Amino acid sequence: MSVVNPEVLEPAVPGAGGGGGAPVQRRITRRRLVLRRFLRNKTAVVGAVLILALGFLAAFGPLLSAWDYDQVDRYAFLQPPDSRHPFGTTQSGQDVFALTMRGLQKSLLIGLLVAVFSTGIAAIIGSFAAYFGGWFERVALWIIDLLLVVPSFLIIAIISSANRGGSNQSFFDRAVLLLPQWILLVVLLTVFGWMLAARVVRSLTLSVKEREYVQAARFMGIPAPVVILRHILPNISSLLIIDATLNVAGAILAETSLSFFGFGIKAPDTSLGALLGTGARQATTFPWLFVPAAVIVVLLVLSVNAVGDGLRDALDPNSGSGGRA
Amino acid sequence: MGRYILRRLLNYAILLFVAVSLTYFLAASQLNPRVLWELANPPLPAETIEASLRAKNLSDNVPLLERYWTWLTGIVTGWEWGEQPRQAGDVSEEIGRRIGVSIRLITIGILGGITLGVVLGAWTATRQYKISDRVTTFGALAIFSVPVFVLISIIQVLATTWNDVTGIRVFEYIGETGSVGSYPGAWLVDRLQHLLLPTLVLVLSQAAFFSRIQRNLMLDALGSDFVRTARAKGLRQGKAVMKHALRTSLIPTGTYFAFSVATLFLGSTFVEVLFNFHGMGEFAITTIQGQDVHGAVAVAAFGGVCVLVGATLADLMVAALDPRVRVS
Repeated sequence: MSVVNPEVLEPAVPGAGGGGGAPVQRRITRRRLVLRRFLRNKTAVVGAVLILALGFLAAFGPLLSAWDYDQVDRYAFLQPPDSRHPFGTTQSGQDVFALTMRGLQKSLLIGLLVAVFSTGIAAIIGSFAAYFGGWFERVALWIIDLLLVVPSFLIIAIISSANRGGSNQSFFDRAVLLLPQWILLVVLLTVFGWMLAARVVRSLTLSVKEREYVQAARFMGIPAPVVILRHILPNISSLLIIDATLNVAGAILAETSLSFFGFGIKAPDTSLGALLGTGARQATTFPWLFVPAAVIVVLLVLSVNAVGDGLRDALDPNSGSGGRA
Repeated sequence: MGRYILRRLLNYAILLFVAVSLTYFLAASQLNPRVLWELANPPLPAETIEASLRAKNLSDNVPLLERYWTWLTGIVTGWEWGEQPRQAGDVSEEIGRRIGVSIRLITIGILGGITLGVVLGAWTATRQYKISDRVTTFGALAIFSVPVFVLISIIQVLATTWNDVTGIRVFEYIGETGSVGSYPGAWLVDRLQHLLLPTLVLVLSQAAFFSRIQRNLMLDALGSDFVRTARAKGLRQGKAVMKHALRTSLIPTGTYFAFSVATLFLGSTFVEVLFNFHGMGEFAITTIQGQDVHGAVAVAAFGGVCVLVGATLADLMVAALDPRVRVS
């Protein structure tokens, strides 16, 4: 993954009437080149369409249902799908379709926010560490190592399963209680999600910062943060885009794993992971509790991963897997 | 060389110490073992609860730093990692038992999975865009995208159906052992039956992960100049692929391999919980659900050691496989 010229020259098909002349060179922008390479990957295109569809469903799906996710139907407990509840009801009489839509909203939100924040932190810490070097770099690398050594799943589980209702609350307890639960989860997943990408950003920055245009900007007296934001980060943006995409999938899967054990989103709110956690244990006897959430999670993560793969092929100039140009 | 290794090990020791200490502070301040006694029926007097908590160094009325000091001296002087709240005996004994279970569970799964993944990845890279490549790549992507517990649920449902339809219990999915038959070697068959499904899950997930990595690496290697040179000087395609492309592309896989082996001890949590194997991954969950401060910290320490061992193994592996890398 190296720096690419912003524009690529490509020979155009010779015009029908222009026989004998020099071949016409048509300039295509990098944006169009990437788009063309991306569109060539059918799996990725299907994935992108599916993500849009799921996003649409998350936004407008709840309107389709006559039930709210926290509404209890006292005449239908644990009922299989019928005309009243198209996806059935849970043990406590909630509509599974409404719950699934709510879960999809939460999972999408968590995935997107975690991806944006953790990639942002990775970009900033990685590039600043490489650009400044010295003790700042050493401290940053040491913190990265430290966070990698601690099992993040365990730490997140400890923090989110702590009982904060007691009489002797600390300042930390009160601060945590103020936040909605899903925001706490976003914060925790972000804190433990940026380290590996930061290392890659650092090593890429090390090579980019020796380039002429970066040196030129430096010697013109442009302040370091501006050099990094204007000249270095745009040149490693392909890595950042891919990393952010794959982080969406990673965050959604991490949320489902935590919620499965009850360490993530807790009732009355719900997420796809929380639904799967209760549903998976009864998958054989009451499949309608499990199947909708499972299908949506798999579709969502599969699409995001497919788009990530497609972006990698399209953005990486060295990759042969995207086909010609 | 010796100095380099020594400095590195020292750095690892400091990292581990800081990480485990931070985890202790976190666990001791967030988890609340007192709840376990307060829920007892008939209710226990407050003094009794306090006394048993203090005996185990778990009382939140003792200042955090004092508890930390007691805990730390216990480890340094007698390798005592503390007691679990509702169980006698040191946590380290429990962990010793559970490591054995984990090793029995993951050995076949990880070796099989990685071998399968590397072979599939390398093979599909040589057949890029052919139907076999497309099917395998999509299959790997699909397995990679399914949460592990969903994969396990699907496999368990399929296995139950198979058992019911055929009337023979081929697949077992609870625990390490079950009802052993009376024929010679029955215990082994029984164990293998119980290992079959968890191993299948591990093989599938590891193979999906490794085939994706290996395919990318192999594609890069196949497109590189030295493979073309090897072909140009008259080497057969098969030989150029095996000796030049495959060997080079195996080097980065070595890094992933070392990390995978080391982190799977805690990473196989879902397999252990859903198949009732009482290994390390399950212990991580039980400690937190059981408000077990010492257990959780010991698991974190174990996980940290695993990561650092993985990092060291990865470096050794790369040094062994790659003649360009020599520790300076």
